[in-house]
Amino acid sequence: MNHFKTIALALVLSLTGLHATAGDEAGVVKISQGDVRVERERLMQPAPVGTRIFASDRVVTGRDSAVGITLRDNTLLSAGPNSTIDLNKFAFDSTTHSGAIDATVRRGTLSVISGKIAKATPEAVRFSAPGMTLGVRGTSFLIDAGQ
Amino acid sequence: MLLFAVGLAGIVYLSLTAQPTSTVLLLPDADGQTGQVEIRTASDRLALNRAFTNADITHRGHFVASVQDAAIVQQRYARTLAARPPAAESFTLVFESGSAVELAPEFKAVLDRLLAAIARFPAPEVTVIGHTDRVGSVEDNDRLSIRRAETVRDKLVQAGLSASMISIAGRGEREPALATADEVAQAENRRVEISVR
Repeated sequence: MNHFKTIALALVLSLTGLHATAGDEAGVVKISQGDVRVERERLMQPAPVGTRIFASDRVVTGRDSAVGITLRDNTLLSAGPNSTIDLNKFAFDSTTHSGAIDATVRRGTLSVISGKIAKATPEAVRFSAPGMTLGVRGTSFLIDAGQ
Repeated sequence: MLLFAVGLAGIVYLSLTAQPTSTVLLLPDADGQTGQVEIRTASDRLALNRAFTNADITHRGHFVASVQDAAIVQQRYARTLAARPPAAESFTLVFESGSAVELAPEFKAVLDRLLAAIARFPAPEVTVIGHTDRVGSVEDNDRLSIRRAETVRDKLVQAGLSASMISIAGRGEREPALATADEVAQAENRRVEISVR
């Protein structure tokens, strides 16, 4: 009987929200205008200012919406309307500044201002969109994947 | 026959005006410098290093690049650009002596500026980053820089900042304010950087 209750409790807890361990946190939503959502483990939730973003998250903006996210290495991201951004990978060592960023712009627009990881190891930063991948050398750029 | 000609004309028209699969636009940094990006497709690669260069990637993986007018770019991507978060800001506190953790009297002034900055940042996060000079081993300096960051973090919490807003980091001797040879004492390098993002 106890065993059953434990399983039921665990099931309820795992369904009540998006969870991830603090150590994996990649960044925080700083600007959230209109319809902005984050999808994690197939669960979609609104992403207002203050929402924590983790590696493997998908950020989605609707019509007339936009989002701004600051990553832990001070990379500044923003996406315009009708965008889908996959943050495939994020790792950052605050002592050595080594790490990795890998993100895909599936549709819409993404603006990037590089942070500490790109400054320390530019080859560790990769952005992709349909038909291309992009390597950076500590810089500011925008990807428009259309659709 | 006419139908065929119209169809062909239609296909030719569409291929000439086809939307690119993606577009990359290089922008200047906040300080006016411009970095570089390299775009790779299955067929080709292209490096951009001039601000406002716009590279359209065609379905075949080739590039059509041009330099755009800054005002046009700003208008075309207004929503995206307006949603960019503010750049992080940093304040430096130099330690008074050697490996000790007494703080310079400027703490109050830095605290005031820090609080003003925190009020301007949405969902603010504070990182306290300790640094050392190059006296001592890399490992010792890693530990010392963490202790410095912890000391300042504790002072910030005493001053009323929420501990949950603050994270710490120790950069050891990796990021001197003034570059020196190894084992050289340099007061300006014995410092803590308080960053808000």
